[in-house]
Amino acid sequence: MTALDFPGVPGPAGSAGPAPARRLSPVTGLRNTFTLTWRSLLKLKTNYEEILSLSLTPIMYLLLFTYVFGGAVSGNVHNYLQYVLPGILVISVVFSTLGTGMALSQDMATGVFDRFRSLPISRTAPLAGAVLGDVARYAISVAISLLFGMLLGFRIQTSPLAAVAGCLLVLVFAMAMCWFSALLGLLVKQARSVQWMGSLIYFPLTFGSNVLVKTSTLPGWMQAFVKGNPLTFLTEAERGLLVGGPVATPVIRSLLWALGLFVVFAPLAVRAYRRKT
Amino acid sequence: MTDDTYAIEARGLVKRFRKTTALDGVDLAARAGTVLGLLGPNGAGKTTAVRILATLLRQDAGEARICGFDTTRDAHQVRQLVGLTGQYASVDDGLSGTSNLVMIGRLLGMSRKNAKSRASELLGRFELTEAAGRPASTYSGGMRRRLDLAASLVGRPRVLYLDEPTTGLDPRSRNEMWGIIRDLVADGVTVLLTTQYMEEADQLAHDITVIDHGRVIATGTPDDLKAASGSRVLEVTPADHGRLADVATLISERISAPAAVHSDSGTVSVQVADGTSLPAVVRVLEDKGIELAEFTLRKPSLDEVFLALTGDSPSPSLSAKDGDGS
Repeated sequence: MTALDFPGVPGPAGSAGPAPARRLSPVTGLRNTFTLTWRSLLKLKTNYEEILSLSLTPIMYLLLFTYVFGGAVSGNVHNYLQYVLPGILVISVVFSTLGTGMALSQDMATGVFDRFRSLPISRTAPLAGAVLGDVARYAISVAISLLFGMLLGFRIQTSPLAAVAGCLLVLVFAMAMCWFSALLGLLVKQARSVQWMGSLIYFPLTFGSNVLVKTSTLPGWMQAFVKGNPLTFLTEAERGLLVGGPVATPVIRSLLWALGLFVVFAPLAVRAYRRKT
Repeated sequence: MTDDTYAIEARGLVKRFRKTTALDGVDLAARAGTVLGLLGPNGAGKTTAVRILATLLRQDAGEARICGFDTTRDAHQVRQLVGLTGQYASVDDGLSGTSNLVMIGRLLGMSRKNAKSRASELLGRFELTEAAGRPASTYSGGMRRRLDLAASLVGRPRVLYLDEPTTGLDPRSRNEMWGIIRDLVADGVTVLLTTQYMEEADQLAHDITVIDHGRVIATGTPDDLKAASGSRVLEVTPADHGRLADVATLISERISAPAAVHSDSGTVSVQVADGTSLPAVVRVLEDKGIELAEFTLRKPSLDEVFLALTGDSPSPSLSAKDGDGS
């Protein structure tokens, strides 16, 4: 039947094409990852709803926290904005990592991952590609938080270089944290479950930190939790880099936490992905 | 080594999920360049078998080879040879038709240019050119299936798994899908087709394996299966539609077998062992003055065979013949 003229479709039975390759080269694996990063970014580009949600969420946080708590916590809105904005960067990015798990969970449910798994491609590329694509999402979230904050009156009191370092640090942390979200996405059946389970963990982590108020104002038992919370270190580091204060110790601690999260959750997520049946 | 004439060969596949046994020793064989129909009701184990053959799932026992490559040891090679189109179309809703196919092409190592031309070639073939730029989420059911099939053909697979490709499609889309499958086979692709529809297997498959509860209950060509049920179907259409019930009673009394009345087609059908009772049936109808519009003796349809195989009372002659699978 000439209607189906696929050049290169193997001919009649027996006339096999080239022998299949025995294994995948690392270069191919990297290429696969970039292709799937492209996929993730392409979806971002065409999905206005997602872009809107990524931009509006930090704006909402900023407006709410600044104007609701500003007077009570710091006496005036401007002082509080200088205090809270570095923390808002952290909250926005941490919550947007939930999107990683939700997208993966959706890929599982719709069978897109089955397609990937049936292809001769790197086994880790679908995960790595998704994470790399999400870094762009986190960057949008950071940029919007910072720019909108500046519009409200936030001023960087250090140097542009330190501010850039602050943005990079929060992105690095998000890249590590999103593996936890990825693991969650691979373990639960529905994207909605990722959202509520993630929130159950993320709310205490974000609010049980020094993001909104000074640790010294909290009851003793809670101070203990806050002082061990990685987001406290990250927020402290962001404050140091954006408005001034101690930098070295909180930055190192944040990076160590990021490394720890990555070392624990990335292999678990990859394993869960490989086992998925 | 493995016999080259078989593109798909599976022996004794067993797969358990916790307490349920999805596959309980299934053998499958598809000759290169043919369609193997894997037929069975919901939950028979069809999809599990396909997932094992596509390296998505590892069997607990048994082995499967695709063009001689083992699905567990040589999974990477197998993935280069097969294409998979699932029951639930696995296209990326957030991407356009073109992007879906370009993505697969790029993943398979094509250059950007080649991936794009391959995509537009396939979209053209499956009449999706007009919708090529739209997100797949806006596609109709039939369009999604075609896009899904196109996605599995980007890499020019030698073996194609079609897991219930027409379930839920309207008759027109189903006929289109059948045409596409025939064209693929004409080009030398080996197809494993799972279906619940006897007619589909009858139309497309060269060989059929019937499974139920994870076991093979019959194998053979469509004609073999029809012949193997060992009986014929007698269909009688009275000229007067009003006498259907009379005809049914008379025939079932005469040959002491239950007769089924199909009032929409105006026929009565009954299973008979052979043609020896026909004269008696004709005589009794003539005596009662019933005029006949049609009187035929035919092989049972695959649907009837299937029901006999999977129903409560499987035909004894068949289970004797096809005991190899269990």
